Amino acid sequence: MTAPDLAQIWVYLAQKPLTGLTLTLCAYVAGDWLYEKSGRHPLLNPVPIAIALIAGLLWATDIPYRDYFEGAQFVHFLLGPATVALAVPLYQQLETLKKSGPALLAGVLLGSATAAGTAYGFAYLGGASTETLLSIAPKSVTAPIAMGIAEQLGGLPSLTAVLVILTGITGAVFGPLALNLARVRDWRARGLALGVASHGIGTSRALQVNAVAGAFAGLAMGLNGLATAILIPLIFALFR
Amino acid sequence: MIIRYLALILICQLIGETVNVATGLPVPGPVIGMAILFCGLLLRRGLPEGLKDTAGGLLKHLALLFVPAGVGVMLHVPRLADEWWPVFLAIVPGTLIAIVITALAVEYLGRGTLKDEDRV
Repeated sequence: MTAPDLAQIWVYLAQKPLTGLTLTLCAYVAGDWLYEKSGRHPLLNPVPIAIALIAGLLWATDIPYRDYFEGAQFVHFLLGPATVALAVPLYQQLETLKKSGPALLAGVLLGSATAAGTAYGFAYLGGASTETLLSIAPKSVTAPIAMGIAEQLGGLPSLTAVLVILTGITGAVFGPLALNLARVRDWRARGLALGVASHGIGTSRALQVNAVAGAFAGLAMGLNGLATAILIPLIFALFR
Repeated sequence: MIIRYLALILICQLIGETVNVATGLPVPGPVIGMAILFCGLLLRRGLPEGLKDTAGGLLKHLALLFVPAGVGVMLHVPRLADEWWPVFLAIVPGTLIAIVITALAVEYLGRGTLKDEDRV
């Protein structure tokens, strides 16, 4: 029996769900290690590092995204239960949330409108195609909601998922720096803004930095999802 | 991670998905599930320790869960290369402007209820 060569083994393994799953976790562990090493510097967010490592490897070895996703879908699936689990930090911060009720609701509505408005407006001014415009409008909303909205509008849900994640990374990486420049010192305001404009990735960052910011981010993400899911399709229906 | 509470979370999501399909609401199942779990906690007036741990386990690395969808950027490289300028405008200045406007508004509106421990 001749030993199978490495390329053959790789072709075989690449079709197994185990490979995509292992690759996802290892790339994230590597990204997280760098992030912790840097003292949780926002510029070294583990998500873009992991995505770049995996996409680079798949591209270099000619493995289709579909094969990778066979394994990665197990991680992807947990987005649903994790969204449900956000009820827990919300409940833990119930007292703070109640006290800030009106400011909170006004902030979510303003943030929702600003995020969708700047997304659509800036993309339009920059000369985006219709498909891209419809896919980018819900970019600040958490991925499952945003993909549903894009589908309703006639955009491309898979493109929306990517734009949502790029938005989340931008918010988590540069959001805290922008908030420092604007001298925002209220943790509630910082968390809420990150949750509204950069959904789960921003919320993840907020949860790591401060419990109050994390709870406001989680709530803002959920409420923004609701508000955008109802408002954007209505607004588009009115202007069509 | 306690199985009983993981099951509870999945049940909430399942009910949420059912409501979503049955009513045609534009709100996705997991968000409805979050609302259901939150209402359940309000009615129960207390958070079971096991649920706190299970939810904490799921949320500790929330960002990891976005990686598989993010790798999908590979599929859209030609479009993103063609339309990088509008996409950049919408995502970078667009998102940061939304963050700053929202935070300044909330800080201003909430100035009356700010406690010292909630300050940076």
